Amino acid sequence: MSRWLALVLLALAGSAHAAEAQPAPLKLWHAYRGGEEAALLQATTLFTEKTGVQVDMLALPYDVYASKLTNAIPHGAGPDVFIFNHERLRNFQGQNLLAPTTGTLVRDDYFANTVQALEVDGQVYGYPMSLKSLALYVNTKLVPRPPTTTAELLALLPTVSKPEEGRFGLAYESGDFYFHAPFLFGFDGPLFDATGRASFDTPGMARSLAFVKKLQDERMMPQEVSGALVKTLFNDGRVAMTISGPWFAGEIAPSVQYRVVALPTVSETGTPMKPFLGVEAAFVSSRTEQAARAHELARFLSLGEASRVRTTVGRQIPADVAAYQFQEVKDDTLISSFREAARDATPMPNTLEMARVWEPMKLTLRAVLQGGTRPEDAGALADRRYRALHRERPPEANPMPWLTLAGVMVLGGGTAWVLRRPAQSQTFRQRYPDVSRAVTYVAPAAAGLLVLVFIPFAVGLALSLFHHDAGQYTFVGLANFVDILASRGYSITEPLSFYFTLAVTLLWALVNVVLHVSIGLGLALILKDPLLKMRGVYRVLLIIPWAVPNYITALMWKGMFHRQFGAINGLLVALDLEPVSWFTRFSTAFAANVATNTWLGFPFMMVVALGALQSIPQELYEAAEVDGASKWTQFRRITLPLLKPAMLPAVILGSVWTFNMFNIIYLVSGGEPGGATDILVSEAFRWAFQRNEQYGFAAAYSVLIFVVLMGWSVFTRRLMKPEEAS
Amino acid sequence: MKKPSGLKMALIHMGLSLMCMVTLYPVLWVVKMALSPSDSMSLTANPFPDAVTFDHFRDVLLGSDAQGRWVFGRQVMASFIVSGATTVVGLTLAVTAAYALSRFKFPGKEGGMQALLVTQMFPATLMLVPIYGILQKLRLLDSLTGLVLVYATTALPFCIWMLKGYFDTLPRELEEAAVMDGASPFQVFIKVVLPLARPALAVTALFSFMTAWNEFVLAATLINDPTRFTLPVALQRYVGEYKVEWGKFAACALIVSAPVMALFFALQKHLVGGLTAGGVKG
Repeated sequence: MSRWLALVLLALAGSAHAAEAQPAPLKLWHAYRGGEEAALLQATTLFTEKTGVQVDMLALPYDVYASKLTNAIPHGAGPDVFIFNHERLRNFQGQNLLAPTTGTLVRDDYFANTVQALEVDGQVYGYPMSLKSLALYVNTKLVPRPPTTTAELLALLPTVSKPEEGRFGLAYESGDFYFHAPFLFGFDGPLFDATGRASFDTPGMARSLAFVKKLQDERMMPQEVSGALVKTLFNDGRVAMTISGPWFAGEIAPSVQYRVVALPTVSETGTPMKPFLGVEAAFVSSRTEQAARAHELARFLSLGEASRVRTTVGRQIPADVAAYQFQEVKDDTLISSFREAARDATPMPNTLEMARVWEPMKLTLRAVLQGGTRPEDAGALADRRYRALHRERPPEANPMPWLTLAGVMVLGGGTAWVLRRPAQSQTFRQRYPDVSRAVTYVAPAAAGLLVLVFIPFAVGLALSLFHHDAGQYTFVGLANFVDILASRGYSITEPLSFYFTLAVTLLWALVNVVLHVSIGLGLALILKDPLLKMRGVYRVLLIIPWAVPNYITALMWKGMFHRQFGAINGLLVALDLEPVSWFTRFSTAFAANVATNTWLGFPFMMVVALGALQSIPQELYEAAEVDGASKWTQFRRITLPLLKPAMLPAVILGSVWTFNMFNIIYLVSGGEPGGATDILVSEAFRWAFQRNEQYGFAAAYSVLIFVVLMGWSVFTRRLMKPEEAS
Repeated sequence: MKKPSGLKMALIHMGLSLMCMVTLYPVLWVVKMALSPSDSMSLTANPFPDAVTFDHFRDVLLGSDAQGRWVFGRQVMASFIVSGATTVVGLTLAVTAAYALSRFKFPGKEGGMQALLVTQMFPATLMLVPIYGILQKLRLLDSLTGLVLVYATTALPFCIWMLKGYFDTLPRELEEAAVMDGASPFQVFIKVVLPLARPALAVTALFSFMTAWNEFVLAATLINDPTRFTLPVALQRYVGEYKVEWGKFAACALIVSAPVMALFFALQKHLVGGLTAGGVKG
């Protein structure tokens, strides 16, 4: 309490000299929605009432939240306080985004493991607000007595599962390691060995995978489960139990009666299934100009009245010990059940090592649950992926020789160019009579492009010579390229090797462009016919895939390719064909991507072709008709050659875009199976954003993409040349 | 021109209808999600909703944010301002540059065209960090102007390429004739070339508009004020860390897509109706 007072005094002292002027509002950023957002607003209102300090809240989409923080805070454009889970703590701390709270935070105010979760190198960052961990949701109508051990669970599941009717005993997001972790820990599988390094090839891992695989094989659990599917099944009463976190309570339909209990104990080991503990905290920015007030706000949000509001309105599980003394919190069974369930939870390590675990584990889970990998072999699979992704920092290189070399090359190249240039018989003015007009026409566009396109582009190129590790850039020369081109850790015919990915990318671009152009042009030829009735209607309908943002429709397609509930398999079954497990084999996963992208891409080519077709004078066809040329001859001799100048740029651009078409790969197949359908750009994205932000390595990938496309553009230049001459 | 036989017409109509069905099917799913009262997905192949409610649309259109402000209208306005300005700025820059690239000889022309293409080759995700830094130096962070400039320049390479390709197909005779009649070079450009290029202008305008209209990563990163967020940012807000509000997401997605569809419908008249445009008939 005394520290609390001291803090208030400190804040008052800090603001004393500005007492007459209204203090600047504090900026608070978050990604909450619904009840949690409303609760946060009420809590900040309480803060304003108490201190007179205004708080400006900014709610952000979660997808861009982290990247916005890492961009804004170092430029001084960030918030004073922001709310985030502790998973990225090490990363934020490495980039110096956070102010330590070691002195101002009172440890005893919070559950000990929540404070531990916020520790990095002996310092605490942020004030813990709430807990997130998994528990078992039980539909009490279907399961009156929740299982407390896995033996009970195994006895219970067959009685409530009727797979032929689409009813299952248990459904949870089994392909996600966050949900598998309780099984792993319950089977006594350690995730990290004594040295702190991730270890996958353990008996615990094999047994936990075998257990889950058995549930799925005996059809007590559906396949390819997503969050949306869990919700649908649980609300329909078609699944008796699910594993989820506090956020799921708000998703349950009022008609469903349910209870939340701790996850069962594994009978073989006697160990409870321990979920990960996630901690959401109010962090103070390292760049805040009102440090004392910002700390005051962050601390206020994590304790006292704010805790009560966050619990009752926001349905959060508070990290504040005292909050559980409030009567309404005591009476709330959901909150107390989660608090009980979280007792066994393991705080998720905030280390970089932890961040390296997700991808190998996801690969393994998918390989076991959807592919044919045996649980005993799965650990080795994960271990191998882990080692390939775990790049030690390459040795630091001296930039001087590089700068010298670059200088010599520029000078040498320039001299060579000047010397070897053929002597011109005409003066510059004579050769380029309208150069001054050209400059006035081109200058505005060129200026804009230079500042906002070419400079960022050059920065991106330069980045490829650096290694990035939590905010630290080290110059490493060509080490990134050497690693990629030598295909370290994987033979060149395997997914994840540069060459394999390149081959997939080339195939991807080729197949897509051919399909886009042929479908687009075909439709345009039909639709340009002025005698066709309703062509306006057709045109509008056919353009729709282009008009709807592709990140929305890609999600729809992903759902349509679902193994058990997707519309496409529904159609196959209706036609008496075998349903296909789309994302377990390369060929089908690739086909799914191509189908989606073709659907998205043909309207563009159609519109371009329509525009281009109109520039072809009708008289040419009439003349050809008179000469007795067949439709095919007309198409080949008139349409194609005249389309070429307007279509070719679009085709070239289209091929470049397809080459870099990230959304579809990422959202539809997600690179499955095992990264096989990843293309170069999605691989670059993974290195940049999912594998500890190795920007340098990702940039090196991008440079290689760029080199490949340069080769392609040299080739297309040849295609364009005859046109220029004519 | 011969009138095609009825059978052939019927076949064409059948083919086109089938194609439209394939095209519409995934979109119908979005419509179904937006209209279904429950916030979950349906597990059938039937793309039509079993029960219809407009709650999701009402929530998206009329809902207020946590502070009780109605920000949707402001966001619609921000979206239109940003996309409209991007179209105007982008098209103005692109038309002039493409015309010069098509008609004039000047040093660096070939290289310039290639350089434009090159910019499309570098994955955009890695450009965010430098762009942020540059806008901060220009004091254009947290401003719609900055956002418009970024969008316009991002769309430029495509627009220039499209327009240059189209200008190349226009016969120079018309311009030469206009010069003979005493028109200044600028008048030729405005009065002769641009009207002829209408179909290509329509396509590029649509493209610039859509670039700005659908983008959310830059908008969410650069803007710090909920009333100036563009609609895709609002849409992306329905995708949370742990759960997605599918009903509202779908309803908002349809609202976001509507103006683009309307715009296409409007511009289509230029694509279809301009029978004289682009030809040597003029």
